Amino acid sequence: MRHDHLLSANQLSRDDIEAVLDRAATIADDPPDHADDVLALLFFEPSTRTKMSFDTAMKRLGGTTVDMGSAEASSVKKGETLADTVRVVEGYADAIVLRHPSEGAAKMASEFVDVPVVNAGDGAGQHPSQTLLDLYTIRENAGLDDLTIGIMGDLKYGRTVHSLASALTNFDARQQFISPESLRLPRSVRFDLHEAGAQVREHTDLAEVLPDLDVLYVTRIQRERFPDENEYRAVAGQYRIDEATLADASDDLTVMHPLPRVDEIAPDVDSTPHATYFEQAHNGVPVRMALLSALLGGEDR
Amino acid sequence: MSDDTLRVAKIRSGTVIDHVPGGQALNVLAILGIDGSAGEAVSVGMNVSSDRLGQKDIVKVEGRELSQAEVDVISLIAPAASINIVRDYEVVEKNRVVRPERVTGVLTCPNHNCITTGNEPVESAFDVLDGGVRCAYCDTILREDIAAHL
Ligand SMILES: [Zn+2]
Repeated sequence: MRHDHLLSANQLSRDDIEAVLDRAATIADDPPDHADDVLALLFFEPSTRTKMSFDTAMKRLGGTTVDMGSAEASSVKKGETLADTVRVVEGYADAIVLRHPSEGAAKMASEFVDVPVVNAGDGAGQHPSQTLLDLYTIRENAGLDDLTIGIMGDLKYGRTVHSLASALTNFDARQQFISPESLRLPRSVRFDLHEAGAQVREHTDLAEVLPDLDVLYVTRIQRERFPDENEYRAVAGQYRIDEATLADASDDLTVMHPLPRVDEIAPDVDSTPHATYFEQAHNGVPVRMALLSALLGGEDR
Repeated sequence: MSDDTLRVAKIRSGTVIDHVPGGQALNVLAILGIDGSAGEAVSVGMNVSSDRLGQKDIVKVEGRELSQAEVDVISLIAPAASINIVRDYEVVEKNRVVRPERVTGVLTCPNHNCITTGNEPVESAFDVLDGGVRCAYCDTILREDIAAHL
């Protein structure tokens, strides 16, 4: 990759994406040696799976990880700034993976250190390594060209959605967004899609587009986005899928979800050929191996 | 200067900000930090007719020349403005504002969850778009009432 950091999917070109995905496909058979490299995992909000995925990826590359532990137990509690934390950690590690509750945190961190920073989720902002494994999964199951993808759920606060939508503008993809009115894509994401000339439609009803979809990417609608429980229940129920919902879908439909799910995909979907979300989660390790290796300079070894 | 411009009293030395879109004069004063409390002599013409803009505002500030940062921010709400420097009742310099690519340290991000609004050692930075600005950290786009985020 041409970049020193991975902060936003906006910075990824089609070539960058394809290089990582191609490398991910073969890396497990012949992993490059990163025995001398240390990866710092800085998770200022809990995300056990993303952290485990990066941890596993680094260890499969032969490297080691250091972990600051929970935010409560660390210097954060003492009021240290993120800028200070990353400058200290830069002395211990060859790259930093950062999850932080504030939007723009990874970008700011990257301005204070010389080691690569990977944004593993900044508030409602971006989650670009998730996008790489999403694209890997889409490529394996449906291909990335001449693709019709439905992206459904909380599109306003869903950072995985923001990253995926902008990365898909590199490909021949028709993007159908399905959400309640109050959880539409934010203005900045719509702006980028428009600037990129993407083919985009917004809907409130999945039934309008379901039969046309090659991929349905489902995200969770969070209770805390709604002022009262009844309003939440009314909305969430409309964006839940089960085996019966999918009767109108193409036989080849691929159903994805960044996980964890709560009840937006019923368990009866798991045994259908559509269910791809566990495979999607497993793809995180090889994709993150390829990403870390690229950022740490492993491609030259 | 046109007759309409002359409707607003001449100043001896200072700055005339002309061709401000109608209704934006008070925002220009806000950008300059002028609220009258410091006793500055300021003349404001609002919604005077203009060939170029239909209706325009004009702001004359006695005894003050503007910094580049102030001019940059004025350009965001008044892209057609001209900045005229007056000395001894004569316009000695006349410049159109130029929209910068980025404004740093002057606007506050409206997203309360943006890293620039916490206590980190980082200045706000906004990239200038056609008809708006965009936070360089959290991507939030601000179109209307930019002056409210000074
Ligand atoms: Zn911001």
